[in-house]
Amino acid sequence: MSQNKNDASQSQSERPAPSMMGRGPMGMMGQTKSKPKNFKQTFKRMMSWFAPFKLRLIMVVVLAIISTIFTIASPRLVGQAIDIITSTLMLRFQGQAAEFDHAAINQVLLWLLAFYLLSSAFMLCTQWIMAGVSQRTVQHMREATAAKLRRLPLSYFDSKSHGDILSRVTNDLDTISTTLQQSATQSITSVIQLIGFIIMMLSISPALTLVVVATLPLYAVATVFITKKSQKHFKAQQLNLGLLSGHVDEMFSGQVVVKAYGHETASVEKFAGINAQYTEAYQRANFISGIIFPAMNFISNLGYVLIAVIGGLWIANGRLSVGSIVAFIQYSRSFTQPILQTANIANVLQSTVACAERVFEILDEEEEQDPVLERITPAKHDENKPRGAVTLSHVSFRYAKDKPLIEDLSLEVAPKSIVAIVGPTGAGKTTLVNLLMRFYEIDSGEITIDGSSFADLSRAELRSRFGMVLQDTWLFGGSIYDNIVFGRPHANRDEVEEAAVAAHADHFIRTLPDGYDTILNEEFSNISQGQKQLLTIARALLANPDILILDEATSNVDTRTEMQIQQAMKKLMKNRTSFVIAHRLSTIQDAQNILVMDKGSIIEQGTHAQLMAKQGFYYELFISQFSSSSAA
Amino acid sequence: MLKLTHFLRPWRLHITGLMLLVFVQVMSDLFLPTLMADIIDNGVLQGDTDYIMRIGGIMLLITFFSISCSIFASWLSATVGAGFGQVVRGSIFNKVSSFSLHEFDEFGSSTLITRATNDVTQVQMVVLIIARMLIMAPMMAVGGIVMAFSKDHQLTWILVVSVPALVGLVLIIAQKTIPLFTSIQNKIDRLSASLRESLSGVRVIRAFNRVDHERSRFNANNDDLAETYIKVNRLMAYMMPGLMLIMNLTTLAVLWFGFKRIEVGTLQLGSLVAFTQYAMQILFAFIMMSMMFNILPRAQSAAMRIDEVLKIKSSINDPESPLAANTDSGVEFKSVNFRYPGAEALALTNISFTAHPGQVTAIIGSTGAGKSTLIKLIPRFYDVESGSIEIGGQDIRQQSQQALRRNIAYVPQQGTLFKGSVKQNLLMASPDANEQQLNHALDIAQASAFVQELEGGKDFELQQGGKNLSGGQQQRLAIARALVREAGIYLFDDSFSALDFKTDRKLRAALKDPLQAATVIIVAQRIGTVMDANQILVVDEGKIVGRGTHKQLLDECPTYQEIVASQLRAEDVA
Repeated sequence: MSQNKNDASQSQSERPAPSMMGRGPMGMMGQTKSKPKNFKQTFKRMMSWFAPFKLRLIMVVVLAIISTIFTIASPRLVGQAIDIITSTLMLRFQGQAAEFDHAAINQVLLWLLAFYLLSSAFMLCTQWIMAGVSQRTVQHMREATAAKLRRLPLSYFDSKSHGDILSRVTNDLDTISTTLQQSATQSITSVIQLIGFIIMMLSISPALTLVVVATLPLYAVATVFITKKSQKHFKAQQLNLGLLSGHVDEMFSGQVVVKAYGHETASVEKFAGINAQYTEAYQRANFISGIIFPAMNFISNLGYVLIAVIGGLWIANGRLSVGSIVAFIQYSRSFTQPILQTANIANVLQSTVACAERVFEILDEEEEQDPVLERITPAKHDENKPRGAVTLSHVSFRYAKDKPLIEDLSLEVAPKSIVAIVGPTGAGKTTLVNLLMRFYEIDSGEITIDGSSFADLSRAELRSRFGMVLQDTWLFGGSIYDNIVFGRPHANRDEVEEAAVAAHADHFIRTLPDGYDTILNEEFSNISQGQKQLLTIARALLANPDILILDEATSNVDTRTEMQIQQAMKKLMKNRTSFVIAHRLSTIQDAQNILVMDKGSIIEQGTHAQLMAKQGFYYELFISQFSSSSAA
Repeated sequence: MLKLTHFLRPWRLHITGLMLLVFVQVMSDLFLPTLMADIIDNGVLQGDTDYIMRIGGIMLLITFFSISCSIFASWLSATVGAGFGQVVRGSIFNKVSSFSLHEFDEFGSSTLITRATNDVTQVQMVVLIIARMLIMAPMMAVGGIVMAFSKDHQLTWILVVSVPALVGLVLIIAQKTIPLFTSIQNKIDRLSASLRESLSGVRVIRAFNRVDHERSRFNANNDDLAETYIKVNRLMAYMMPGLMLIMNLTTLAVLWFGFKRIEVGTLQLGSLVAFTQYAMQILFAFIMMSMMFNILPRAQSAAMRIDEVLKIKSSINDPESPLAANTDSGVEFKSVNFRYPGAEALALTNISFTAHPGQVTAIIGSTGAGKSTLIKLIPRFYDVESGSIEIGGQDIRQQSQQALRRNIAYVPQQGTLFKGSVKQNLLMASPDANEQQLNHALDIAQASAFVQELEGGKDFELQQGGKNLSGGQQQRLAIARALVREAGIYLFDDSFSALDFKTDRKLRAALKDPLQAATVIIVAQRIGTVMDANQILVVDEGKIVGRGTHKQLLDECPTYQEIVASQLRAEDVA
């Protein structure tokens, strides 16, 4: 039911629902599980998370031990009761008129009742306490992981798949929580039971115990043999299931093309082929793994028969009592349970530790460092000077050590000017934004803002000077009001509405059913792409930054809508230093300074007119956008 | 679940055999305690060692017999489970493959994918569990009761108390926890959703220094989730101790009343021991059955989702006697109206135009104006609501879909490439194309240069969806794929948008010659892409608001003027 919980690539919908059955009856059938790299170390580290609950954990251990001891002792009491009766029965067989010892029987049975009650009560306590401990522990881990994510540099998020990160925080931690809840106490009771059963059996008959122990290798051989045989088929099953899902995914999402090129038959045939292979592997894997349970039962029955026969013979020559043999049979039949459980737990623990390892990997990532506190100087404010001057001097930056990107870039931007950055894809335009927002650290050189070096400013201080409108109109599930006020949390209602008016968003917001309180639905399908962009502009307006970054802010909308957004943008750029990155050159012709970037460096610089007159790279780019053979 | 049972029909014999085998196996297992009782009563207490050995031998034989049945049963259940899954999976895939885009839109392709994969796996797993356990449990319960009853009628009354107590406990806990488990699922989903948002918006969040806001949102969800988890686990904590207690008290009661009956001589000691074991088996069988009611509802919803898909009939079907395809490839729309399933408003209203062979017809308009919808009607991905579309004077609904589409080369908005080599992707359009034709198509699509740089050239393996190529590269390959097909009609659905302007221009120039005789219809947003067309249709809100050449439209059509103005500066327009 939950064998591939650990698969990082698994999407949300694929995750099995939590259930009363926990890992489910198939859990022990042993399919391919991920293995931790360093079991011991990770396990220790996992344990350290329990530290705040030390006392409660000790209590759980003690209670579990007591509860188990009662469980272990009970069959022996049953045996005693039987012996009391047998002795009377034996006397009767020999023809004597014997009476049952009621007082003795009652006493034993009362003890038994007490044992049963206490055992269950203590077991309930351990589970009750463990519910709190395990869930709080996982809650702390989840919180720590999320907090860590907030401190990681942007490079982490750009290099890792979001699905993978998400799966670690949800699926992996969920597996850990299930294990802590279900297997932690079980591992304690299993070990105690194992020891207890052996002691009890030895105390009844060492020789018979030997018979039981002799069946143990049979279990091991059977399990290993069957698992090994089925493993191969389970792997094939898993592999083909992946192929099936991949094919279905591709064919259904590419349906238009499949239909356009009449590919349906080929697709159905391919599916049938994989489906047949999957089915064959499935049949074999499940046939073989289905034998495990009967095989265990068979071996257990073999032992049962042997003990019944040997025990029967020994009772007959008076070496053992009937009560002892009944108790012994009980022990020997329960004996396999803790063994199977321990094996199962070992398996579960493997995958759990692997999950923990993945979570710890996040926790071990290097955090983004703010400059040392003493070095942080409040930004210099000269009230007379206009704010928003940005200087880059000899800046170099590479994402990968061996791939040069920005080399020795220098640039001066006057306050309240508009700088446009154009160039082909991969020229380094967005990288420049990453550096200005300090999402990435420059390798060498210096960036200053109003005379303060980036290195001396905290990120929060620095970013409070910037506003951003990106191509990706990121909004979150919540009301429109929440999304705008996100730009400046302490703004009041009037200010929010003012910003919306300035962003030309007020009108459409008011046409929505709940106005500003309209909740954006999950797919954000209740507003259009252009409207989303207007909201992000309102957000930036509300933040009222000194410096503004517009990164392909209108590339996702058609040109007519863009015209409407342009007006809002113009207002936004007024009285601020603005960096505008644009794909469509029509949008940036009014900029005071146009930087043409290619391969990480600025190759041309000037106003539109200057650059056109130069007939260089910019000119060509412009011509290609705005003319066709007939118009040129 | 029941709705899918007819898929089990081919395995009727298997299932009958399976039930027989399980029955035999359960009965032989149930016979062992009786034999054990015989050993105690007739062997041990009488001191008859020969008897003990003989019965022991019989027990061994039964044990062997039982496992043989089990192994065969396991084979049968695996075969039934596997076969069932194969047939259901195959049916749903075939069904969905026959769907038109209409049904795809109605369901949404992501749920169709889940239904064809996960839901089937779920149902298949439950069928296997049923075949393995649900068949066995009632037999074990009934058999156990019969055997227990045969040992002692009076003691059986104890079970009348303990079985309902046990089933009651399981059901009550289930009833209380199941809603909580559902709410946990929702809370996990909410937590992931908020986290996914924080991940995708990491730039914006940091830019606005709103990390704290994210923290409080996450922590609130996290606390809520932990509380619910604790609540549910504390309820579940009653399950095991409760079950143990009921079973133990049953044993105790059996001993207590059993001794009384032994004392008066109405019960033998061996039978008492055997009875205890039967009681445990019966209780265990009931636990198994009540747990089963837990799994079934989940499979139930999966089965219903599958059945929903299987029940739907494709809305677009071939005519009974299709006309042969026409050689003339002129496309004509005659007063076409179209609306998406369930939509209130028409997506296209009264569209009429003719696209002639040897000419380029371009369609321009804002996003959401209906351009793509229009072009998708030509290969009959959707059927018109009223009016008709004719190719060469023949209504497209009179041809078979295969024949109709064979004459069309379609380039979608997104590349939509498939896993496999570049070559395999190109051959999809025309399986018989030779190497030269492929190279030619790549040349025209401006794709030769980058394909040559790929490892293995045309044999380069694309990942699912072509994700290991850039958007522009995907689009160029999709264009090349269309060009491999020698068709009468070429449809470009905004297929140049991911290309930079230079490549766009080069590509269109290269297209002119090879598509000379064909009917070409181009959907675009850029003026530059459509300027040279013989005929430009301006679409706005599902209607044609202007038609003519670039020059004519500049004079006559206000919408076109607006689009042009938004892209070109006044001095460039002329």
